[in-house]
Amino acid sequence: MKINDILHETYTALSANKVRSGLTMLGIVIGISSVIAMVSIGTGASNSISSSIQSLGSNLIQITPGAQRTQGFGASGGRGNARTLTNADAAAIAKEVANVTAVDSQVSGRYQITAKGTNTNTSVTGVTSAYPQIRNLEIAEGSFISDEQNNSAAKVAVIGPTVSGDLFGTEATGVVGQVIRIKGMEFKVIGITVAKGGTGFQSQDDVIFIPVMSAERYFSGSQYLSTIAVQAASQDVMTQVQEDITALLLSRHKISDPTQADFSVLNQNDVLSAASGITSTLTYLLAAIGGISLLVGGIGIMNMMLTTVTERTREIGLRKAIGAKKYDISTQFLSEAVALTIIGGIIGIILGWGIAYLVNLSGLVKTSVSLSSVLLAFGVSAVTGIVFGYYPARRAANLNPIEAMRYE
Amino acid sequence: MIEIKNITKTYGSGDTAFQALNEVSFTINDGEFVAIMGPSGSGKSTLMHILGCLDTPTSGTYFLDGRDVSTLDDETLAEIRNDKVGFVFQAFNLLPRTTVLRNVMLPLVYAGVPVEEREKRAVVALHSAGLTETHFNHKSNEISGGQVQRVAIARALVNNPSLILADEPTGNLDTKTGNIVLSTFQRLNKEQGCTIILITHEHDVAEYAERIITVRDGRIVSDVKNTAQRIQPSTI
Repeated sequence: MKINDILHETYTALSANKVRSGLTMLGIVIGISSVIAMVSIGTGASNSISSSIQSLGSNLIQITPGAQRTQGFGASGGRGNARTLTNADAAAIAKEVANVTAVDSQVSGRYQITAKGTNTNTSVTGVTSAYPQIRNLEIAEGSFISDEQNNSAAKVAVIGPTVSGDLFGTEATGVVGQVIRIKGMEFKVIGITVAKGGTGFQSQDDVIFIPVMSAERYFSGSQYLSTIAVQAASQDVMTQVQEDITALLLSRHKISDPTQADFSVLNQNDVLSAASGITSTLTYLLAAIGGISLLVGGIGIMNMMLTTVTERTREIGLRKAIGAKKYDISTQFLSEAVALTIIGGIIGIILGWGIAYLVNLSGLVKTSVSLSSVLLAFGVSAVTGIVFGYYPARRAANLNPIEAMRYE
Repeated sequence: MIEIKNITKTYGSGDTAFQALNEVSFTINDGEFVAIMGPSGSGKSTLMHILGCLDTPTSGTYFLDGRDVSTLDDETLAEIRNDKVGFVFQAFNLLPRTTVLRNVMLPLVYAGVPVEEREKRAVVALHSAGLTETHFNHKSNEISGGQVQRVAIARALVNNPSLILADEPTGNLDTKTGNIVLSTFQRLNKEQGCTIILITHEHDVAEYAERIITVRDGRIVSDVKNTAQRIQPSTI
């Protein structure tokens, strides 16, 4: 049989029962489109998580105080409240660890903020002048905190656009120079940051920065830091910097056993790889759900093909009587199954693409349809056709012509 | 030429074995018009399956054009059927939802004949079977029972077979239409020298042949030249 003959037979057979062919195809359409749409949503979510982690800063290493462990059965301090990091630690890191470009000491807290009859509650972070460089922060208006302001514990604040909107209204101008009250203490606004957009629960725009010395003096009342943020010179030296910081702090805190460390050093790459691990698992999960519907669609095809073979038993008998070989019959039925899955696959790809596009328009997730997922879906649909069409086709091919023609 | 010798066909084994054919032998020369007659259960269908290479005998030999086809495998038998045998069945002769022309071309599709030649040969065969162009593009369910049988005859002719095997070709037709079909066989036999084997249980139908082989209980009971051959004048 020539390829044209096979196509002709396939077309005749599938168009003979359009409703049945259409419904069977629908199973594949749903399977393929859900694989494509779900993988695109998963990829989109993964991309947005990675980019928001990247936006926190580049080559960032964060040191946070860890729970201080006491030998024996002593009470263990809470991790967040642990007081183990000091300004001296930060200074030592800047001085002694190689390949460090910037070090920022931070003290954070959450306080009530008031200004001329309005008020808000937000996080107030004491930082140094190194903060904008480390965390990719840009100033929209005014300036950031300088070293002098920090050293003199000046009562100045840089506020995020959300805070500015909450306190002075979104349309307000001339916010720089105004006075806000943090915990009743007057601070002068010297700058407003550029909007970064919200990521997760804590918006990076809903923040107030004050000099770390001011935060220590007026609010926390101690020398202890809540975070030391360190920027490494490049991606390649991050591991070295991380190890050196660990070694330095261990010796400064006089701890010989690294497992007893009273701080933890978090590498941004670790966070990124952990997050991408989670999102790729999510993508696999979504793909698996789509894959299950594809499997169900494939079984639908097998079911239809078995019905077809039974219905057309006499036709198969006739074809074999006039000289069709097993190969001719199996090719004919296999190509029907493959045609169903390929047509269904193409419609499914278009539909899946459409769903991804609509999700994109809705603004929930920025989806991305990759060529590989399209090729994969198409390949899977063709393979589904072959796998689920093979058994019915073989059954047809192995029919005995005499018995097949007698079949009622 | 068809030469069968001591053909035996046994179904089942042991106590339940049933012998459908028992030591059947005969020779049919090219250009003969033979009727194989017998009541149902006589073994004539089994004989037809073996003659048509749809089945192989349990023992004995079958030479078709000098080649022993009694021991061939399924795939080779399919080739022989395609090349040397033309079938006309009692019912379900044509593919449903398929045009007359396409039905007649089907054996050529399986034989791998090029597309242009297929159509030429199919048209010639349809003309021989007494069908005109007006029917060629009708679907098989849009034509009458007599026309269906003649399309089947055309399909049987299309690959120039060594024999045409007609299994109760008039079984589903009224007498008048049946006579037209039988006259078509007679004409093809006379004019084109086709070898035709007609399987039937009706004596009236068998009388159209030149020679009548009667089968009963798996054996040949008579093999005679039909001195009273009925000649049906061709109506086309």
